[in-house]
Parts: sequence; C-alpha cells; structure tokens
Amino acid sequence: MTAGLRRRLLASFARRPSAGSWALVSPALLWLLLFFAVPLALLLGYSLMHRGTYGGVSPGFTLEHYRRFVDPLYLAVAGRTLGIALATTALCLLLGYPVAYGIARAGRWRNALLFLVILPFWTSFLVRTYAMIILLRESGVFNAVLQGLGVISAPLDLLYTPGAVLAGLVYGFLPFMILPIYASLERLDLSLLDAAEALGARPAARFRRVTLPLSLPGVAAGSLLVFIPALGSFLTPDLLGGAKTMMLGNLVQNQFGPARNWPFGAAISFALMGVVFVALLAWLRVRDREAAA
Amino acid sequence: MTRRPPWLLVAVVATVVLLLHLPVLVLVLYSFNASRYAADWTGFTLHWYARLLQRPDILRALRLSLTVAAVSTVVATALGTLLALGLARRPFRGQRLVESGLYLPIVTPEVVAGIALLILFAALRVPLGVSTVIVAHVAFSTPFVAVVVLARLRGMDRALEEAALVLGADEATAFRRVTLPLLAPGILAGALLAFTLSLDDFVITFFVAGPGSTTLPVLVYSMVRRGIEPTINAVSAVLVVLTTIAVAVAGRVGVARRP
Repeated sequence: MTAGLRRRLLASFARRPSAGSWALVSPALLWLLLFFAVPLALLLGYSLMHRGTYGGVSPGFTLEHYRRFVDPLYLAVAGRTLGIALATTALCLLLGYPVAYGIARAGRWRNALLFLVILPFWTSFLVRTYAMIILLRESGVFNAVLQGLGVISAPLDLLYTPGAVLAGLVYGFLPFMILPIYASLERLDLSLLDAAEALGARPAARFRRVTLPLSLPGVAAGSLLVFIPALGSFLTPDLLGGAKTMMLGNLVQNQFGPARNWPFGAAISFALMGVVFVALLAWLRVRDREAAA
Repeated sequence: MTRRPPWLLVAVVATVVLLLHLPVLVLVLYSFNASRYAADWTGFTLHWYARLLQRPDILRALRLSLTVAAVSTVVATALGTLLALGLARRPFRGQRLVESGLYLPIVTPEVVAGIALLILFAALRVPLGVSTVIVAHVAFSTPFVAVVVLARLRGMDRALEEAALVLGADEATAFRRVTLPLLAPGILAGALLAFTLSLDDFVITFFVAGPGSTTLPVLVYSMVRRGIEPTINAVSAVLVVLTTIAVAVAGRVGVARRP
C-alpha cells in the first residue's frame, strides 16, 4: 500500500469513525464467523434433524434427540458431569483461596510465588494430565511411595475412578481460581483493616466482615473460570476416568465416533452450550459490576 | 497486603504450590529412569531420548507442530490485534455485541468447537489436513490475542497519541511512532499465548487433523492410549522444555524492549 493511499484511507476512516472500526474488526470477525459461528449453527441444525444410517444426518425436523436426554442412562452422565464440575470448583476454592490470600501477604516472595502459579499455564494440559497417570496408575509413583512407607500392602486402584478425574481437573484448573482471587485481594485497601482493628474487631471478624466480602468478585470470577472448562472437559475424563466416569464431553465424542448418532451428539453439545452460556452471562455481569464499582 | 503471614498459611501456600508442580517434575525425572515398567528408580539413562531421535514419526510430528504454531500465531496475532484496535478506537454500533461475543469461543467446550468444525469441513467436503488444523488454530487463538491486546490498549495513556497528533503527526505516523511501540508488549504477550495454545492444543486438533497431519500432542495422545512407555515421558519433557523456552525468549524480548 502506498503512503498516499494509506493516508487517504486513514483520512476517510477519520471522517467516518465507525467505518474505520469495522474495517479493523471485520477480518477477525469474518474468520470467527466462518470457522466458529457457522459450524455451531450447522451443529444446531443437525441436532434437529433425523439420524443418518451410517452416521451423518438425513433431512426432516425432530426434537427427539433433545427428548432422549430423559433416559436415565444419559441423565446419569449429565448429573455426574455437573457433580464433578461443582466438586472441582469447590475444591479449587478451598485450596485456592488460602493460597491467593497467602500470596497477597507474601511481601518480597510475592512475585516469585505468582510466577510459580502462572507457570503451569504454559505447560501442555495433555502432558499434565499424562503426568497424573504416571502418579496414580497401579505401578505408579503414588502407590510405590505408599508401599515403600508400609502404609499399604497392595497397590490401590486410583486411576480410572471419579476421584482421579477430580484430582486431574483440580490440578489442571487451580491457577484459574488463585489468580482472580489474588487480584481482588491485592487491591484491598489495608486502611480498611486498620479501621476494623481500631474499632475493636478481632482477626476472625476482620476477615469475615472486611476481607472476605471485598474478595467476592474474585471468588465469583475464579469459580466461573474453573466451572466452565470443568463442565466441558473431555481429555481428563478420557484419560483418567475410563468408561465408568464418562462425562458429557466424552458422550458427545462417542456419538460422533463409534455410536454414529450425530444428531444426538449435536443435541448434547447444545445442552452443554446452554449451561456454559448461562455461566458466561453470569461472568460478564460480575465483571461489569466490578468495573462499575 | 504486607503483614507477617502466620506459619499455617505459609505451610498451605508452600504445599499447594509444590503440588502444582510435582506431577510434571516427577514426569521429567522419570524420563531419565532406566527402568521400563514400574516406578522403581533403577538408574540414570538418556536411552529414552536417544529413542526419540530414532522415531521419524515423533520428529515429523514435532516439526509439524512447530510449523502450525508459527503460521497460526502470525495470522491470529494480526487478526486479533486489528480486532482489538477496532474495538478500542471509538465506541461504535454493535461494539458491545462484538466484544461480548469475543468470549464465546473462549468458553465454548473444545469438544463442541472441534466437532462443529469437523462437520463443517465434512459438509463442504474439505479434506482434513495441515490447512484445516491451521484454520482451527487461528480461530481459537484470535479471541485470546484480541483480549490480551485490548487489555493493554485500555490500560494505555491515550493522551500520548493525542499529543503526537497535536504536535503535527498524521494519524499513520502517530500510530507507527507512538501507539505501536507502546502496544508492542501486549502484542508480544498475545502472540506468545497464541503460540503456546497452538503448540499445546490436543482436543480441537484431534477432530480436525487428518491422517497426514498428526501434531505432537495428537501423537502423544495416541501413544498414551496404546500403553504407557518411557518414550512418552521423554517426548513430554521435550514439549515442556519447548514451551518454557518460548516463554523465556518472549520474556527476554519483552524486557529488552521496555524503555
């Protein structure tokens, strides 16, 4: 592009500001429309069509795939998915809050600790999940250590259990909980705590009535950042869970794979998307309220 | 907050931070273990790394992963940066919708996004291969780049740009000499995120990769499914070291660039 043309283009953008904004936004928007929105719309369409004999779909409109959910078999998978996602969130909160609180009070250790919490973000999730197999399998490190210490005589069945999936998810998503809580605690105005102390509040009361309420936006953000990916997880239950700990993500893959029921797989996807969407709206509201405060 | 933390809190923080790193540390340690099967330590060896070099499939997958990550990072960084610049300029109609919609790909379960793309390619009869993988990687990285760059733009002092304009720079010059240098760390952070997201992605790639486009994570996954063997520990260690190098390099460049 020549300098003259560029200047003229920029000048025209300056005259019509929204045209300029749209010109900048549209390449990415087009890409996301084509390779994210359109595929999702196609998936939605498939969920309302008949099942093809050899996979795929055949024309016609039906709601049967959404109705099929009522089958106790699938309700059990949905219930397990919700339960594991909630338990993951609760455990991350239980472990993550004290860590965030500790880091916020760590003084000169603060940056080093933050770095250590962020570091796992840069490590492949697949590698981290595989590392859990090395720890938990029958001839794994965990069993070897327990046997070596004489705590147990025979190896425990740790892998391919709901507990293994839970451990893998908590291990995978804990930093998502720690960082937002840390961010809200770090901004906390210390003079508020001094005021509470001067007014006679004991440490427990200071925490309960000052620190905790002010860190709630961080808790909300962290909980959603953990809950959403936990709900849609596929790899962790696939590698650590086995057949008995199937989650909705695995059920979706199964319908498009061996079960060859694409419309049902599409319907499960949208049930999952529905829950994720509600969670996202909740998160945007929390964020906007925090920005306004 | 800087009051002296009680010892119980110190213990909890230390334990959790240690647990956060223990699995990968153990994994890297065992990639040097001579024993083939169990967790017993039978001696130090580089045997499993030597084995990697004799596996053309692993080397091919590694090369493909790096190529896909490089190409998709360049495209996603360009698209995401432009998107952020467009969103940060001035308020326009539909801006809020675009900005909120940006989070939709970020929160969509990867299985759903991967399968949706797969059926699109199937419906259009596009054969699965390296190009479908790159297209997918650009799609999931772009929103992350945009969010990171947008955060940097919003945190920037726009008065500097206005000062440049007042001092006689035209918009293009002000952008090139003031906005872009200030924005560079944000763009770099976005690019780094895109690179590691691409290098690490398994789920979406799993669905849109064809037989000839096996990336390293997809290969590692199929190795794990076939059975645990120490070569996987060595590949995993290589993958960990690669992303660590990427982060370290980006950190250095970022620090050096800062005035």
